[in-house]
Amino acid sequence: MRVRRLAAWTALPLAVTLGLVACGSGGDSGSGQSDPNAAVRIEIAEPQHLVPTNTNETSGSQVLAALFSPLVDYDEANKPYEVAAESVTSSDNKVWTVKLKDGYTFHNGEKVTADNYLDAWNYGAYAPNGQNSSYFFEKVAGYEDLQGEKPAAKTLSGLKKVDDLTFTVTLTEPYSEFKTMLGYTAFYPLPKAAFSAPGVLAEGYEQAPIGQGPFKIKGTWQHDAKVEVEKYDAFPGEKPKVAGVEFRIYQQPTAAYADVLSDNLDVIKTIPTENLSTAATDLGDRFQQSPASSLQVLAFPTFQKEFSNPEVRKAISMAIDRDEITKSIFKDSQQPARSFVSPVVAGYRENTIGAAGEFDPAKAKAMYQAAGGPSTIELSYNGDGGHKDWVDATCNQLKANLGVECVGTAEPKFADLLTKLKAKQPVGLFRMGWVMDYPSMENYLGPLYSSNGSSNYYGYSNPEFDKLLAEGAKAPSEDEAIKKYQAAEDLLAEDLPVIPLRYGQNNFGHSTKVKNVEMDLFDRIDLLKLEAVK
Amino acid sequence: MFRFILRRLLQMVLAFFGTTLIVYALMFAGQGDPIQALAGERPVTAAQRAYLTQKFHLDQTGVGGFFYRYFDYISNLLRGDLGQSLTGRQISDILAAAWPVTVKLALIAMAVTILFGVTAGVLAGIRRASIFDNSTLVLTLLVLGIPTIVLAPLAQYFLGVKWQLFPPTAGAEPNLYALLLPGIVLGSLSLATALRLTRTSVAENLRADYVRTARSKGLVKRRIVSVHVLRNSLIPVVTFLGVELGNLMSGAIITEGVFNIPGVGFNLFRGIRTEDGPLVVGIVSVLVVVYLLSNLVVDVLYAVLDPRIRYE
Repeated sequence: MRVRRLAAWTALPLAVTLGLVACGSGGDSGSGQSDPNAAVRIEIAEPQHLVPTNTNETSGSQVLAALFSPLVDYDEANKPYEVAAESVTSSDNKVWTVKLKDGYTFHNGEKVTADNYLDAWNYGAYAPNGQNSSYFFEKVAGYEDLQGEKPAAKTLSGLKKVDDLTFTVTLTEPYSEFKTMLGYTAFYPLPKAAFSAPGVLAEGYEQAPIGQGPFKIKGTWQHDAKVEVEKYDAFPGEKPKVAGVEFRIYQQPTAAYADVLSDNLDVIKTIPTENLSTAATDLGDRFQQSPASSLQVLAFPTFQKEFSNPEVRKAISMAIDRDEITKSIFKDSQQPARSFVSPVVAGYRENTIGAAGEFDPAKAKAMYQAAGGPSTIELSYNGDGGHKDWVDATCNQLKANLGVECVGTAEPKFADLLTKLKAKQPVGLFRMGWVMDYPSMENYLGPLYSSNGSSNYYGYSNPEFDKLLAEGAKAPSEDEAIKKYQAAEDLLAEDLPVIPLRYGQNNFGHSTKVKNVEMDLFDRIDLLKLEAVK
Repeated sequence: MFRFILRRLLQMVLAFFGTTLIVYALMFAGQGDPIQALAGERPVTAAQRAYLTQKFHLDQTGVGGFFYRYFDYISNLLRGDLGQSLTGRQISDILAAAWPVTVKLALIAMAVTILFGVTAGVLAGIRRASIFDNSTLVLTLLVLGIPTIVLAPLAQYFLGVKWQLFPPTAGAEPNLYALLLPGIVLGSLSLATALRLTRTSVAENLRADYVRTARSKGLVKRRIVSVHVLRNSLIPVVTFLGVELGNLMSGAIITEGVFNIPGVGFNLFRGIRTEDGPLVVGIVSVLVVVYLLSNLVVDVLYAVLDPRIRYE
């Protein structure tokens, strides 16, 4: 839901270009005996919050992933499977029954029951608590009654306890992928000890969160310094292979990178842009890349006459050399995109936009002229996010390949751009970014392209598309839902309301002291797979 | 003397309010959408927006809103409450954690400056135009010419990563050894300035009449330099060092960032980046006091070094 300003700060490299050439201590990861008694050190930024429903940035959710065990996790095909849940079922996609596995306990000894989930979710959805992730509960019946300054209710009417280990969730509308949503941080339970009174979070809970996950906190959250966790022996699920984790807080990724190079830190989650060109030599095979969920697109104001013809839009898409821009401007830290959903979700297919994604200047120019495209193109972007370089490069390509005038226009902030779009002012083409909330195709399609989608700023409306999405939400199984969504994506490829440009990518690295470093769908290090090397 | 200090203290009160007003006004004027800045690339829900807007009076805009928020801030400040940052932490807690490490770093930098800068400056001043003098001239010019933003990562890469002489970053609870490299980097700029200042001052004083008198009455050179020349030469150097101490205390945004030291500069940088008005103003208010006090100490020190200076 809602638009994200991607990489607003992270992409701003310091104005230092150091000739940090090959210090090369070429890695030999994968070898060495695993050491179950060692603790590993992982780089994070200072978390904003450590309460599940208030944490929606990767640093906080990385720490919470150690302290909590999710209801579901995702397999190789990015489909959900049960972890802390015994089963998550529904006959009509509207009333979902969640059965919990027996044997889970919180780190303070409390047994995990259905109440712990209901308490946590009610707390998260209640507007006066000001929780960052409250919108994750908006599909649950009764969410509206918890909004506003003085909400009518304190608990979600859609949440019902059946017995100690079972509860039901009633949604306002059928939604086939509700189970997929449950893997995110916002859906963790909270122990009774987290509340000082019903619905009131205890002072200080955030400083030493109590979860039911594979690790328990050691001491407290030391702001700007570190958060330490150690193995929780009574954890009934899959056991971690390390004794503990120290999440060390860094403000600048360059500092963390220097520490990884000298084995003072084990895992860096984001290698800074200025070090990317040397990372392969510096780290050898300890430098890793994996697809991330973000997607960058160039969007058309389809409500404007000049851009209402899909042929014009396709011609512009064909005049852009995505591969060249990702290579020369982004140094391969992102990947060229030719589909509307990210490779990290089930149902992703390569190259769904087909011919429109092929770089073919001659054909593009002929098509553009035949369709009567405008002679001047404007590209709008937010000036605070480091987008100037690629926007200018794109503009130059359009100038050269289509023979049009092209100017990049920077708005101070993304919000300023959105204000203009909402007022339907002519801004020309504009950039948009998207990060998923949960790994589902629907999350990449519904909010962005359905007629009343919350982030549909292009005025795109296709009744057929809306119909397919609605059918997907009601589909009896996930696979059938995916089929509907794929059909919907095919419609998008014909209309091309936006041009997919690039997928995000995790660029991470590790020291010689760890192995099996993997990144999950939410850009977190997988703490259960991670091993220390003797 | 007492009247002088009292008058200066009274002036400080005025200066304090003036500067906080300016800083607050600047943050207020420069603030776009702090709630979105806090969230970065993520969405902000209407509920969350309403919650933060109400908590930090962000709906009070315009001139009236400015004075409403400024006086709200000042009245809390006078009660000793620096307020909360936008992420909900007490700013006094943040400062209490950040200050000790910044002070440690500043003292190391200062020690480096005095130990090497002043000593080398005196030697260079005595042996004017010698090889030592010329080589320090070249070296200091070099150091002055390289900005910290280049020097700090270079030092980190070569001394920390490549040759592994120092830990590449210091972290939150650094030992003295880990702080040494950032301290040297931070101190190097003031070291160079202090060296040049001392050298010129010593060289000038050596040609003064009182030195000739001292020499002619048969004093040994060592005594002339260490007692007479040094004392007179140090006045400009002490002025410089006093101001510099304030500078160093205010935290080194770049050095603390590069070496991952969660001190004052580190927090100030984060506050500016996330448009966290309360945090920036809180830190700057305390910094203003540090500056004013260190300047006062310098002024008092003048009298110690040069008895001719009297305070009215």
